[in-house]
Amino acid sequence: MAAVSGGDQREAFVDGVRQGAGPGAAIFVLALAYGAAASVAGWGLAVPLVFSALGFSGSAQFTLLTTLSSGTAVAAVTAAVLINARYVVMSVALNDSLQGGRVHRAVQAQALADASFVVAHRGDGRFDIPRLIGASVPQWLCWVTGTAVGLLAAPSAHLLNAVGADVTFPAFFLMLALDEVRKSRRAIVAALLGAAIAAALLFVTTPGNALLGATAGALIGAIHGNPERNRRGEQS
Amino acid sequence: MRLWLPVVAVTVATWMMKGSGPLALGDRQLPPTAVKVSALMAPVLLAGLITVDLGGARWTDLNWQQVVGVGVAGVARTLKAPMLLAVVFGIASTALIRLFLA
Repeated sequence: MAAVSGGDQREAFVDGVRQGAGPGAAIFVLALAYGAAASVAGWGLAVPLVFSALGFSGSAQFTLLTTLSSGTAVAAVTAAVLINARYVVMSVALNDSLQGGRVHRAVQAQALADASFVVAHRGDGRFDIPRLIGASVPQWLCWVTGTAVGLLAAPSAHLLNAVGADVTFPAFFLMLALDEVRKSRRAIVAALLGAAIAAALLFVTTPGNALLGATAGALIGAIHGNPERNRRGEQS
Repeated sequence: MRLWLPVVAVTVATWMMKGSGPLALGDRQLPPTAVKVSALMAPVLLAGLITVDLGGARWTDLNWQQVVGVGVAGVARTLKAPMLLAVVFGIASTALIRLFLA
């Protein structure tokens, strides 16, 4: 593996911070909604803030918040953990690009976040780890700050809806997706497959499972774009 | 304590899942096919996240005003608008539609 200089790593980290700022803004709005919902649910100040700072996972935090009030703690924890199952797939994909021993690699992988995973992707199955960590810094700051502001200001769900805050998160993901699918035809096919699988699964299972199922799109896309297989298919 | 236990459980589980790749694989390299699959993981996850976010459980959260806003942001980006500006266009579109419908 080619040695990477400290200057290059710093540059990649700073670039990651810059690229993480946009998704960070979207995450701030989402955190506002989370803080406000936790306040309404009577969670107090400390629990949601510590959860945001240490858990740093919007989907799991929202899931726990909504399911804990309507079911048992075991069911709520299971649902929140399942919605994060995609991190297992992402962590495996990231492993080849991490440096150091097993534990050191696992610590670096804690910077995983959806947008950071995309920002750090070089396009060849490799990931730029300083850029991944850099991209997660503004997102983490925005997530924790947004939670605090949401807890203190507690904006109503009606107000957030009226100003179109619900557009922020999917719109930012669409921006990142458009940049990704420009890289190759295979990426377009895989993304469309992922969306179609998630769309179908949403009818029969939870959003977390649908998201996990969508990752099968990458498998099908990789097989579809395998030149060796395509050549064999043409010959038969 | 009623709240802290589930919060700690989910937090620790998230740490373990994020670290599961290195913890399970160590420094073993992925086979070439798995590398190809991982190269497509980012666009697939993004497409899935957008779908799940717009649809919600059993598609009960689907809201056409939100879809229009996301679509406007996408068109603006395709027309070379900067990322933040494109998202602002999308948010403003949805806010205006809701203002007129109110």
